[in-house]
Amino acid sequence: MKNLLILCLLAILSFSFGVKASENIHLQEADVDLTDSESLQRGAQHFVTYCLGCHSIKHIRYLRIAIDFGVDEKKVLKDIAPEGAGIYDKLYTAMNAHDAEKWFGIQPPDLSLIARSRSPDWLYSYLKGFYSDPNKPPLGVNNLVFKDVGMPNVFWQLQGQQEAVYKTVDGQKVIERLVLKEPGKLSEQEFDRLVNDLVNFLVYVGEPVKLERERMGKYVLFFISMFLVIAYLLKKEYWKDVD
Amino acid sequence: MKPTRLTLCGNWILERFPMAKIWNEHMTHYYAPKNFNFWYFFGSLALLVLVIQIITGILLTMNYKPDAKLAFDSVEYIMREVNWGWLVRYMHSTGASAFFIVVYLHMFRGLLYGSFKHPRELIWIFGMCLFVALMAEAFMGYLLPWGQMSYWGAQVIISLFSAIPVIGDDLSLWIRGDYVVSDATLNRFFAFHVIAVPLVLVMLVFLHIVALHEVGSNNPDGIEIKKTKDAKGIPLDGIPFHPYFTVKDIVGVAVFLLFFSTVMFYMPEMNGFFLEHANFIPADPMKTPEHIAPVWYFTPFYAILRAIPDKFAGVISMFGAIVVLFLLPWLDRGPVKSIRYRGGIYKKALALFVLSFLVLGYLGTQPATPTATIFARVFTAIYFGFFLLMPIYTRWEKTKPVPKRLTSDHGDSNCLLSMKAVFEEITTVKSVTTHDGIRLPNGATVTKRGFNFKGLLNVIIRFAKKLKASLD
Repeated sequence: MKNLLILCLLAILSFSFGVKASENIHLQEADVDLTDSESLQRGAQHFVTYCLGCHSIKHIRYLRIAIDFGVDEKKVLKDIAPEGAGIYDKLYTAMNAHDAEKWFGIQPPDLSLIARSRSPDWLYSYLKGFYSDPNKPPLGVNNLVFKDVGMPNVFWQLQGQQEAVYKTVDGQKVIERLVLKEPGKLSEQEFDRLVNDLVNFLVYVGEPVKLERERMGKYVLFFISMFLVIAYLLKKEYWKDVD
Repeated sequence: MKPTRLTLCGNWILERFPMAKIWNEHMTHYYAPKNFNFWYFFGSLALLVLVIQIITGILLTMNYKPDAKLAFDSVEYIMREVNWGWLVRYMHSTGASAFFIVVYLHMFRGLLYGSFKHPRELIWIFGMCLFVALMAEAFMGYLLPWGQMSYWGAQVIISLFSAIPVIGDDLSLWIRGDYVVSDATLNRFFAFHVIAVPLVLVMLVFLHIVALHEVGSNNPDGIEIKKTKDAKGIPLDGIPFHPYFTVKDIVGVAVFLLFFSTVMFYMPEMNGFFLEHANFIPADPMKTPEHIAPVWYFTPFYAILRAIPDKFAGVISMFGAIVVLFLLPWLDRGPVKSIRYRGGIYKKALALFVLSFLVLGYLGTQPATPTATIFARVFTAIYFGFFLLMPIYTRWEKTKPVPKRLTSDHGDSNCLLSMKAVFEEITTVKSVTTHDGIRLPNGATVTKRGFNFKGLLNVIIRFAKKLKASLD
């Protein structure tokens, strides 16, 4: 009986690991720090420069960014927002849906919640995962974590061109790693920081209230703990006469 | 003394409405067994969560838009732009999962102490109706955020009805109001979620409690306290619900709120179990997610559905898994109520049942690989075996003698003392004369506690023996 139980448990464990192993894309770790206002501001700037051309983040306003990052509204309009944007505007892309579908086959998704549907590590690895793939016209690039994605590598000038190094596993060609074939304008370190800032900003956009709720949680838990002590003492007092 | 205006006002009402009578009947003169333990907190907690869900739900409807084009964005609007909207929304989403945790534990208590047995069959039936209504409520509520998982989860579950022969296709069409899950479905689910099912829930809670107060509460010993009364007709082992259990339940509420707030403020997504990652993508009828899994509280039943190769048989089994619970009072032929005095076979069966429920719950979250399906079948068989074989294995079980009066083992001080004894056993006290390698001045000694491996081993062996003994 007992052996049977143990056997069952072992078998369950083994196949649950089996499932995990099939998703064998190794993700690089993003360093997310929502308290780092500098990084978030840089991320916002990068977003407006490189992403907003195609992707909206329609669930956030410049004003909210100013408040949450502790930055003056004027500075947000000057440094982050594109020309002509107002402080109450949401971050909509200027590209219209009809054109987008003609150009990319699909309307680039809104990225407000991308960090919540995908993980920060996934985003970080994805943005760093583009490599040259001549078999994939018209973009000529493919992605390590999102195969055959319809998005070009917007960072190619900064990052340079990456190429895949293949190895053979069980008679199949698989990508072992990516190497920098042609260096870009930024060094690897600078580029990593840029991507990380961007991911940090997207995590913030996914849930702007996260820091606030964590701060508030402490007070709530403290209050409930105090309440628990009082409630327990009250219960003890009442129950003294129950044997 | 001249009565004040307030007293006069109060009297005016009391002469016309039996408020005092109701209060007495259900609170101060309702005698509950005094040996309620940990498991008896979950009834009042379920009521608390119901109230939380109703209040936060009302607040959410003030900004939510039940429209396929607007629903997803309106939820994000609540999360970002409505003052305290995020708090209300997280309370509601965490509350949904908390509801099921509390209710599952509440039901397990019933299995432990035979609370479903004579004379409480009707309480159990009302409770099961509540459970079914709660599942309907949760299922329909989950469509409202209009995310990918909302959409495809609803699509999958509603399409199950089409497996019913002859009327199936028309029935699922009737439920959806369209050929696929669409705006029409969202609107009717909204109506059901915010008014129809909550009304049923509240009514059933009322019936559940009225039925309970008619026959009286069961207890961990499974003894009817009404059998031994004093001269005034008050059960000797009973104490008034108010104030004794109201103050006790408040402690339970505080502990529950500690857990609830921890989840709400620090892990509202609970790693994708309470809020699934794919539900942060707006519903897209053209794009099926690669892996559709219901929220965790439905996964045991979902695993049963997938375990059966034939679709219609699978649907029957899934609903059957809930129907057998209704029959429990008549399936159990055991003469005693509480697990404390039941035979070993029921204890083992119950342990297997809990295991099968947990494993099925886990399997329901995983993709259906061939190995997983085999396991799901085995544990589905165990799940049903627990109920369907019950008339056989409980009929001749060797029970222990049930005492006439409640055994008093309550008291948290006992628990603390035994914890202290275990701590003493697994640690050893040493006197040392050095500190960080430096000899203390004047030959002074300090005592240090060290870890005692042998003690720990003893404790584990003792625990295992106790566990084995308790299963017989």
